[in-house]
Amino acid sequence: MTLDQLESGKCAVISAVGGEGALRARLLDMGLIPRTVIRAVRRAPMGDPIELRVRGYELTLRAQDAAKIEIVPAEEAETPITCAQCKACARGRGGD
Amino acid sequence: MVFALVGNQNCGKTTLFNQLTGSNQHVGNFPGVTVESKSGVIRGRKNDSVVDLPGIYSLRTYTQEETVTRDFILGEKPDAILNIVDATNIERNLYLSLQILSMRVPTVIALNMMDEVRGNGGSIDAEGLSRELGVPVVPISAAKNEGVDDLIAVLIRTAEKRELPKVEDFCRVGPVHRCIHSVSILIEDHAERAGVSSRFAATKLIEGDEEIAARLSLDQNEIETVEHAVLEMEREEGLDRMAALAEMRYDFIERACARTVKKPGESREHKISARIDRVLTGKYTALPIFFSVMLLVFWLTFGVVGAFLSDLLTEGIEALTDLCDNALTAYGLNPVFHSLIIRGVFAGVGSVLSFLPLIVVLFFFLSVLEDTGYMARVAFVTDRLLRKIGLSGRSIVPMLIGFGCSVPAVMATRTLSSERDRRLSVMLIPFMSCSAKLPIYSLFTMAFFPDYAPLVMLGLYLFGILVGILVARISGAFVFKGKPTPFVMELPNYRLPSPKSVLLLMWEKAKDFLKKAFTVILVASVAIWFLQTFDARLNVVEGGEGSLLALVSRFLSPIFAPLGLPDWRISTALITGFTAKETVVSTLSVLLGTTASELSGVLGALFTPVTAMSFLVFTLLYTPCVAAIATLRREFRSRFAAFGVVVFQCAIAWVCAFLVYRVALLF
Repeated sequence: MTLDQLESGKCAVISAVGGEGALRARLLDMGLIPRTVIRAVRRAPMGDPIELRVRGYELTLRAQDAAKIEIVPAEEAETPITCAQCKACARGRGGD
Repeated sequence: MVFALVGNQNCGKTTLFNQLTGSNQHVGNFPGVTVESKSGVIRGRKNDSVVDLPGIYSLRTYTQEETVTRDFILGEKPDAILNIVDATNIERNLYLSLQILSMRVPTVIALNMMDEVRGNGGSIDAEGLSRELGVPVVPISAAKNEGVDDLIAVLIRTAEKRELPKVEDFCRVGPVHRCIHSVSILIEDHAERAGVSSRFAATKLIEGDEEIAARLSLDQNEIETVEHAVLEMEREEGLDRMAALAEMRYDFIERACARTVKKPGESREHKISARIDRVLTGKYTALPIFFSVMLLVFWLTFGVVGAFLSDLLTEGIEALTDLCDNALTAYGLNPVFHSLIIRGVFAGVGSVLSFLPLIVVLFFFLSVLEDTGYMARVAFVTDRLLRKIGLSGRSIVPMLIGFGCSVPAVMATRTLSSERDRRLSVMLIPFMSCSAKLPIYSLFTMAFFPDYAPLVMLGLYLFGILVGILVARISGAFVFKGKPTPFVMELPNYRLPSPKSVLLLMWEKAKDFLKKAFTVILVASVAIWFLQTFDARLNVVEGGEGSLLALVSRFLSPIFAPLGLPDWRISTALITGFTAKETVVSTLSVLLGTTASELSGVLGALFTPVTAMSFLVFTLLYTPCVAAIATLRREFRSRFAAFGVVVFQCAIAWVCAFLVYRVALLF
């Protein structure tokens, strides 16, 4: 599954970051790296771009770019993500 | 001493810069690019200055901003780097810090927005973090001016002692660590010769950075050895080079933060932001709110405040002109010089100066929208629309301002995050019909299409946008081939703007505009005055019939003949429109020997409805006014490019007017 398919309000774990050149560099720099927990917040009124929460801040990505990021939905993650440890989620006490 | 201020976007960098320097700022551009450079003397320390480098997230060379920052640190060798970090978003901010630290330059980290962290019950152990990173860490609040004096003291001490970061190694023992280690030993001599830290060079080389590879001038053998080491690391680590290094940095940051940062639960600021965003970026509310905000800004700027101030200034200038006029008459100055001062300098510069209040007021609103964080939401909401013409949502606000006045619109493109987007937007702005063209439209539609006036007006605006979109698509494919910067943008929490930053920005824009008014615009006004005043034998002419301008216009009028506009008076009006678009109307009334109020009645002598159409299309699209061109020139950093835009716009205007004329003749 790719990040553009993640439903708003749901969490997931990044498994691979694709894309190339400037786009890929930017995605990695912004902290979208494998094993990072991420949450889809909402979509823009015209359905695109997507707002995400990652590492305690909000980030926007176009759907076509989000499609380059492979994810595993939180429910299917090998080690289940609980709200308490999830840094993506605003409710979590990330960093503790 | 010289300090470089480096940090992410939205981390309060400009606020800190303003606190450090007050109003002693010098704004310019970095050589060869349209990236703004600001430097200023630190308050109370006249030998120490700080350079505000662009907001960036990484030290790669994919964007002009990153390249500029890197070149500045490597080339200008600042005495110390002041790295500002947003404490409320510390993990991502430290990612840039780690790259800066590996450059081995004396560095101090300013932990900004500590008041917010504390206010929400969190804490950061600055001393602990300083031990983890090996550089001084000073907690501050730039907005409240807390800790800034302390920061300056630490910065100066660090630079004087040339204290290098005490930690060099940011990775755990493993394949990445081994790879960095072996590459940095391999290239050590090259790095030393190139004046780059070997560790920084090694990590960049591993990431595949070609600019660093060129800087080090490695031989084929060494390049292959590096590649071999990287391939081995990729195999062992199970990640490619870029991801492996990014992970190494974030891994270090996570461990360092786990020991020193106690994050609060959801912060108050974030709760508020999330609530506001539900409305401002909500599915049904986002666009209506955005357009209402823009309309309000326009109405206040061009209708209420700005117009009031503009009128006041115009009256002031008129009064001053009269005063000078009378004084010169009393003094008995030579009538030609008299005319130069009053009709050339005062009239020309005066008419442009009356724009000043509009610009200042508009930038007041723009900087408030930007500093609160709303502009990022606008980009988010409108990106889908702008993407179709090869731009991103960030460009919409400058484009919309273009409907008011091209000058501030072009100036507003400064906030765009990529050089390519900036240039493309600047080129498109003149197609957004500015408010100075409105008097021409209303005059002609009232005279020739009284029954369809609103429709014709709307049609003109839409036609301008349409041509602009076509130009964007075509030039996006050919001229601006460079890849668009990826639209990966942060949505910062909403914040109250700092009055100081807003005022400084207004002052800076006003200064910028005044400088233009008294240079380029002054010269252009005097040139037009010269052409209007003298005939070919340099005798003073009355009325305009035999002037040089009329001569030039007669010479140019065959060009306009295919558009159905062969009369020299039309060409004259168009040429004077170069100084300001409203002048087209006043020139026509002078040449037709009537007053402006009776003009619409006599226009029939020069135009038919069909040629009026052609004239309107031509004025819609032809060269921007001299103030706009001067701004364009400044943003493009090239006279040639600005001249190119003028020629290009005129050519497009001619072609479109020709087509409209020919098609209209068929009916």
